[in-house]
Amino acid sequence: MYSRHTRFGSVVRHGLLLLAVAFALFPFLWVLSGSFNATQSMQFQKLIPPNPTLENYKTLFTSPQYKFGIWLWNSVKISFITSALVVALTALAAYSFSRFRFKGRRVGLLGLLLVQMFPQMLAIVALYVLLLTMGKFFPFAGMNTHTGLIMIYLGGAMGFNTWLMKGYFDTIPRSLEESAKVDGATPFQAFTKIVLPLVRPILATIFVLTFISIYSDFLIASVLLRTVEQQTIPVGLRVLISDNYGNRWALFSAGAVISALPFLGVFIVAQRSLVSGLTRGGVKE
Amino acid sequence: MRDTFVLRHSAKILGLGILCALAVYAASSLFISGSYALAALPVVAAGIISYIFLSKRRYPIRWLVPGLLFLFVMVLYPIGYTFLGSLTNLGTGHMLSKSQAIEQLLDRTYAPPNAERYAYRAFQSPAGVLAFVLQGRETLLVIDGKASPVDLADPRLIDDTADGQPDRVVTEEAGRETEYRALATRDIVALLPTLEEIRVRYDALTLGIDSLSEFRVRMPKYAYDAATETMADLETGMAYTAAQGIFTSTNGEEIYPGYRVWIGFANYVRLATNPQISGPFLRVFLWTIAFATLSVALSFTLGLGLALLLNDPHLRLRTLYRVLAIVPYAIPSFVTILVWRGMLNQNFGVINQMLMSVFGVGGRVPWLEDPWVAKAACLLVNLWLGYPYMMIVALGALQSIPHELYEASYVDGASRWQQFRKITLPMLLMPLAPLLIGSFAFNFNNFNLIYLLTQGRPVIPNAVTPAGATDILLSYTYRLSFEGQRGNQLGLACAVSVVIFLVIATISAINFRMTGTLEELSKNV
Repeated sequence: MYSRHTRFGSVVRHGLLLLAVAFALFPFLWVLSGSFNATQSMQFQKLIPPNPTLENYKTLFTSPQYKFGIWLWNSVKISFITSALVVALTALAAYSFSRFRFKGRRVGLLGLLLVQMFPQMLAIVALYVLLLTMGKFFPFAGMNTHTGLIMIYLGGAMGFNTWLMKGYFDTIPRSLEESAKVDGATPFQAFTKIVLPLVRPILATIFVLTFISIYSDFLIASVLLRTVEQQTIPVGLRVLISDNYGNRWALFSAGAVISALPFLGVFIVAQRSLVSGLTRGGVKE
Repeated sequence: MRDTFVLRHSAKILGLGILCALAVYAASSLFISGSYALAALPVVAAGIISYIFLSKRRYPIRWLVPGLLFLFVMVLYPIGYTFLGSLTNLGTGHMLSKSQAIEQLLDRTYAPPNAERYAYRAFQSPAGVLAFVLQGRETLLVIDGKASPVDLADPRLIDDTADGQPDRVVTEEAGRETEYRALATRDIVALLPTLEEIRVRYDALTLGIDSLSEFRVRMPKYAYDAATETMADLETGMAYTAAQGIFTSTNGEEIYPGYRVWIGFANYVRLATNPQISGPFLRVFLWTIAFATLSVALSFTLGLGLALLLNDPHLRLRTLYRVLAIVPYAIPSFVTILVWRGMLNQNFGVINQMLMSVFGVGGRVPWLEDPWVAKAACLLVNLWLGYPYMMIVALGALQSIPHELYEASYVDGASRWQQFRKITLPMLLMPLAPLLIGSFAFNFNNFNLIYLLTQGRPVIPNAVTPAGATDILLSYTYRLSFEGQRGNQLGLACAVSVVIFLVIATISAINFRMTGTLEELSKNV
């Protein structure tokens, strides 16, 4: 906006921004401070803990009562495997859509877009019954298994991701692959050896987006994973606190801080491309 | 060259062979378990996949197979199932097909009062396998449910105390010995729930545990007459006729499990007309729309406001402000929602404590307990979660507005408010409209927020389905499906899902129509 600077305006502007930053940061600081608190009750918590302690973090990973380490591992494992497979499935599909011309290509692309409009979690009842049935024949992929859960997540792999990646593939000139083919490479070899290394940024973006969404999934995981040992962080963290805000707050806070770390890590690594991706989405090119 | 060609093709044939074998296995299992319609699916799928991989013309499709496979099985099939499921009475006690339910009922037995009795001793192996020695008209050794006649002098039965009763059972199989140790009464009591399920079949007899010391011969409880669809209770003599997915007697008694039946649009009719269901459903429906609309409006307003403040390149600490304001976006929402739930706790929460220290005693706001305050709390937390995204996209869009427009309007004497109304807002809304609609669709199904913050509570009084004042349609579906106090109503839940489908389809259609996305995309395909 074309601005007319005044001293008063500048004070108001900084005041408002500070207020917004306080709003943004307060819950974050509060839980960080809570995690170092020596008492479990949040009633007596001070923003700067009087006797800071790492006891809560230790309890989480050592107490036999909480399976926090297992939950964390489950979550990271499931999110990682799912994201890697999603990238693989999407890359294959997008490459075909980008490079080959075949019957059903148009319909396929538009169909993917339409299907993606309906979130998978709406069919949660069907997924529940599906895994119950599947478990009878293939116990390794039934109810309460990570394999079954990952397979369900993979159902959501195509769709927007394919579009995103196809767009990127379209920008890679075909001449490179064609010269490889002249040298005797199969299309698949040209794909893995020549094209994939060139599209690494989009592979990373899709990996990160998938990781973030799978890591945060509560609904599907809570329905399909029944035992404590199989559960993921969102489900476990909720079980940990349930209605014990009075007497397990510090422990929960420590859990919350740790749960945020893998997510935060991935976010920081990818922040630049994510933010630019978002803003690019917002601007007509 | 030739070697790799042969190798690749053998690998392909081998892979397709394994796939077909798995498909045949799945199909035959499904067929045996009575799902005739479903049994065709794996075979058809394997056939199509084999065709795609063997036909040269379908080469490009091969690349799509892995993704499409999961798309079909894990998205399209479940969506179809949801539509069909909404036309059934699927739910607790109605999960089985009719033949499965009949089979289960025919498996039931009862112990007639004058039934023959067998004294027993129970044993357990280190691996937890149970064994029994039953003594009655004849002596039986039962290991892992399989009975065989036995003599007390049998070398497998070891009598350590020489009281004529075995104290251990030792079996040998393929050179490996397994020792079963006698269970004390106390252990039997602890195992009773498991033991009561055990049915030992020997000759034409069925035996079941009756007390801490005795097994009894049991008789089949039901007999089924397929012609009249009647289940006869052989113990009481009562007759139960198949009706609405459950066997029901003339005086209204029902025997569980029932089974699935098609009930047409009955679920939808209940949603629309049964006042105890439709009342809460309507409230949930309206709140879902209000929640999604207000969430988008509030977070867009705040996000845009901050973006306007930050859009001045001369602003000091601009980058720092921007990074700090994005913090809520960088932490998984399931974590922060649970944190907010703690902070909003009525008795211990920091927010009420701060309000108390500012306004004195009496500031205990029932954040999550009062129907209206809880709604406000949901919006507040969702504002916190949602504005960073809006700020990021608004900042991006603001930068793309040509500066000359402001300069020209400034020369023409436009006020800042006029500049905002006539230039900024229209120029922003045009590119951001699809994102706002997308955000609406996201919040329409923002299950994590509602379920983790309030679980949909507080409860709506007099609702027969689990419905709460802050429930949105998706959390309502979830609770219908998995948290029903009087059993889970999966069929009804499917019907609610279909309603959500329709709403989303409408929104998407409007979105496509408004923005012309589809036309634009299909041109670029």
